[in-house]
Amino acid sequence: MKRISLLFIAMALLALLTGAMFGVLAGIQYIFPEFLKETMAFNKMRPFHVSTVVGWIILCATGGIYYYLQEELNTTLYSSRLLKMHFIVFVVCAIAVYISFATGKMGGREYMEYFPLITLPILIGWILFGINYFKTTLKQIQNWPVYLWMWGTGIVFMTYHFTEAHFWLIPYFRENFIKDFAVQWKSYGSFVGSWNMLVYGTSVFLMAKVKGNESVARGKKAFFFYFLGLFNLMLGWAHHSYIVPTVPWIRYLAYGVSMTEWIIFFSILRDWKKMLSADEKLKNNLSYQFLVSTEFWVCINLFIALLISIPYINYYTHGTHITVLHSMGTTIGINTSILLASVIFIVNRAMPQVTEQFKKQILSGFWILNISLFVFLCSLLWSGIKRSIWMYFSENPVPFGSMQEDLQSVMYVFLLSGLGILTGLLFVAFPLLKRGILPLTKK
Amino acid sequence: MSPNPNPNPNIKGNRLVITLLVCMFIIYNIFVYIGAQPKEMPIMSEKAIKGQQLYQDHNCTACHQLYGLGGYLGPDLTNVISATGKGEMYVKSFLNSGVKSMPKFNFTEEEKEAIVEYLSEVDKTGYFPNYEAEKKPNGWVKIKTKHK
Ligand code: HEM
Ligand code: HEM
Repeated sequence: MKRISLLFIAMALLALLTGAMFGVLAGIQYIFPEFLKETMAFNKMRPFHVSTVVGWIILCATGGIYYYLQEELNTTLYSSRLLKMHFIVFVVCAIAVYISFATGKMGGREYMEYFPLITLPILIGWILFGINYFKTTLKQIQNWPVYLWMWGTGIVFMTYHFTEAHFWLIPYFRENFIKDFAVQWKSYGSFVGSWNMLVYGTSVFLMAKVKGNESVARGKKAFFFYFLGLFNLMLGWAHHSYIVPTVPWIRYLAYGVSMTEWIIFFSILRDWKKMLSADEKLKNNLSYQFLVSTEFWVCINLFIALLISIPYINYYTHGTHITVLHSMGTTIGINTSILLASVIFIVNRAMPQVTEQFKKQILSGFWILNISLFVFLCSLLWSGIKRSIWMYFSENPVPFGSMQEDLQSVMYVFLLSGLGILTGLLFVAFPLLKRGILPLTKK
Repeated sequence: MSPNPNPNPNIKGNRLVITLLVCMFIIYNIFVYIGAQPKEMPIMSEKAIKGQQLYQDHNCTACHQLYGLGGYLGPDLTNVISATGKGEMYVKSFLNSGVKSMPKFNFTEEEKEAIVEYLSEVDKTGYFPNYEAEKKPNGWVKIKTKHK
């Protein structure tokens, strides 16, 4: 059944490359409004991009968890039939989502823009995953390291918040615009928190394995950060909507809760030196390199996230590209780096000759990806600042179109660096997929 | 599974923390689902809900924001109805125009009315950008509201 877990990962890598390509096409539309306007205008391109890359994150984390349970934690999966069903359900859903976008049969809620009925099988997939996960781990592993807690939490909360994201189908929510809007963004905030549980769980797992030291996954500190993350997952979401006129206590609470993450920030700063002074053998490990770059991006992105979680600052950044800087900064810099480390780890264990053969190419990809990402994020920062100045500090109202035209030159930088990201990803992901994961599924 | 090299002595404590967190979460959810919206806000009319459905069917959120949330290719629409120099006619004239990157839609007059109704009712819920918000030294921003 190793095969199906690897198929999840193969599908994920395909989604990563396709998704980044949609991103580049969306970037072209920023500069040339007529580009593909008749066939795939931005209202289709954006969901193609965002859903595909979110698919990458979720599928890769899921495949990794199934794989690690069987291959690294030596459990026997409770049911390989459920695993197979989960995979088939997700493949069918992916096709259905694409058909829904292509034909314009939209659900039209941000991030969940596909036809609402597709939600049902997706939900069934999550429940199958949950049953298989808990039936496997509860019986066979007594004393759970923190990553098992994180994965379990991720699955349960993912299922819940995914359901919550569809409460708008109930009139009680839908008739009340602000309530509906609040619950919509509550679900998204916590939804991202849930997939972060899956991905960060994977990161802790990898750190423990790469270093050969389980204590990172067992100590008090590990559990403290897990609980802090969960606390934020539950109550922090309203930092998305400081400016929405909900009852104020919800937003006040989110402000307080979000600020607790400064503890994580300072803890990472403190451990940073230790990471850089790791021994040579670790430094040579490809997975470890990706995990180190993740730490770097966590530092930068967490700092920005904490700043924009202060209502005073959020007031100026909200509704600008600084939010996109945050969302792509975290999903690429943090989530994607961790998950690529995970794929490299798997290929390296099973076929070390492949990672050895492509080491140079993967390393070049690593640098192209990270440098491009840095430039990419700078261009979003610049656009965000410009948009904010337009919103809050321009004397005579300048029309939206003129402000957008003013952004043209920055958008070229955005597009070129976006192409850089796609190139870097191709360098890394393509050999892993073609020479690693795909051959492994046939073994 | 091989016996654990480093048993974690805190299993009970961890279970307690997670139970407390989940209980708190359930209570919190009930409060949010019941009370997130200020009481005085009116419910949306049937026509506005129809407009919202059209807004969703055409995935307007990919380019437009409400309260700053949505894609960023187009402008925010929270107060487009009440903004000086804009308003109903302005919105209607955009809908089927296919200007710049906006797709050329084929809305009927009735559908345009519904979308305008939706945006008018959104407009009545509050302000974005919230120019008259009060910024406090502790980082908090007290937004100006239309309802208690
Ligand atoms: C890997 C971790 C994270 C990921 C993947 C992530 C992802 C996202 C995404 C996709 C959005 C966009 C929502 C939109 O379209 O408006 C967002 C918004 C936001 N996130 Fe995060 N996030 C992460 C961590 C954090 C943390 C740790 C904080 C705070 C401590 C935070 C604070 C915010 C805030 C304040 C916004 C809303 C910005 C605004 O609309 O004004 N995020 N995040
Ligand atoms: C693995 C790679 C990528 C990931 C994980 C990713 C993730 C995301 C996410 C989560 C959003 C939603 C942002 C939000 O709602 O705030 C987004 C939007 C977007 N991304 Fe990406 N992205 C990736 C690569 C790219 C690339 C290479 C480009 C090329 C230029 C690109 C262009 C865009 C554009 C134009 C948007 C829409 C922004 C808007 O609403 O105006 N992305 N991406």
